[in-house]
Amino acid sequence: MYNGGKIIIGLLIFIGLVSFPFLYSGGKATAKPDPKIDTPEILSMPEKERKCVESKAFMKKEHMQLLNDWRDWVVRDGNTVYTNAEGKTFNMSLQNTCMKCHSNKAKFCDECHNYTAVKPYCWDCHLAPKEKKS
Amino acid sequence: MSVNRREFLKIVSMSTILSLGGVVSISSLKNHVEASQISRNAKALTAKRWAMVIDMSKFTSEEDYRKCIDACHREHNVPHVTDNPKHEIKWMWTDTYEHAFPGNEDKYLSEKIKHMPFLLLCNHCENPPCVRVCPTQATFKRKSDGIVMMDMHRCIGCRFCMAGCPYGARSFNYKDPRPYLDESRENPEFPTRMKGVVEKCTLCYERLAHGLLPACVEAAKEVAAKKGITPGLIFGDLEDPNSEVRRVLNERFTVRRKPELGTGPSVYYII
Ligand code: SF4
Ligand code: SF4
Repeated sequence: MYNGGKIIIGLLIFIGLVSFPFLYSGGKATAKPDPKIDTPEILSMPEKERKCVESKAFMKKEHMQLLNDWRDWVVRDGNTVYTNAEGKTFNMSLQNTCMKCHSNKAKFCDECHNYTAVKPYCWDCHLAPKEKKS
Repeated sequence: MSVNRREFLKIVSMSTILSLGGVVSISSLKNHVEASQISRNAKALTAKRWAMVIDMSKFTSEEDYRKCIDACHREHNVPHVTDNPKHEIKWMWTDTYEHAFPGNEDKYLSEKIKHMPFLLLCNHCENPPCVRVCPTQATFKRKSDGIVMMDMHRCIGCRFCMAGCPYGARSFNYKDPRPYLDESRENPEFPTRMKGVVEKCTLCYERLAHGLLPACVEAAKEVAAKKGITPGLIFGDLEDPNSEVRRVLNERFTVRRKPELGTGPSVYYII
């Protein structure tokens, strides 16, 4: 191989650089997020009523869209009540409705948002629930 | 690889159909949300055009004004910024007759009126210049009840509205307001703001939506109840001839701030 030594050294440096972030993080970055919904508020509900405003699958995929719609409906149109497909009503409010059940922001919101490096600026204004430090 | 015209059209039409499928599934998802219904709270207070009458004779001490301002600022987590007067945030404040009604002052104005503090707030103008100049519609007038609203989510902090408002009713957050809030007095139900947005009085739209009167109006009621007089802040529907504000406007002589500008303020003063 013509100049084989140099090529191999070059390749080694290249591989070293590319894999550095993975080695540096010690593989920790790949730890899957594990959001928790075991807040006292949720646990105190009877098993059957432990439901979010919409189905879990929908909320997983569309919570950002839903929150975006909620804010427009409340702030811009002055409609504050949301009736879901089951006929249950909710006050449309991130701070007062969502976070009342999901009072564990760190374990419920941040867990996934940190993992996916999504930084919504909701909490610059909306007050996160004060968690009891245990 | 070369594609002839016929093949090219086939690919284009197939991908169009596929992407249309995508659009359909997105809009049906939207339908899923819209199948759920959105409505007003049945208890909500409604009006065609909210207005306020401020009866100055009912305010006799500094304390009386303080109570109203404090109720408003507590309710909305308005930060108490004192280190730079330009950075001050105010939804409701007081100023002298001279400043509140420029053009109306004269040399022989009674000493009493000259030194009386006037309670000021956003006038929720009928023809608001702040709305006209806002490029993002973060400031908008609600068609349903005439409240000039702030959508803090959309404000880009350009401050055109501050230049547009002839009443100085808007404040800009030069700094993160959170450190200026007293955590023990914070209202956990209402958000704070972030650095770089404008804020002002929104006539307690969030309280009206739940059937409550504005915080300042409630505070004025308490003040009045203690003294055994009628409250100094009267709130109601300007378009309803039977409302309390219309009754007062009918019986008493009132003035508005800078009416010559044509903004049509909805706040009236009995001096
Ligand atoms: S008082 Fe100023 S901020 Fe309020 S509606 Fe009128 S122009 Fe806009
Ligand atoms: S500062 Fe915000 S509210 Fe005011 S004009 Fe600009 S975008 Fe509109």
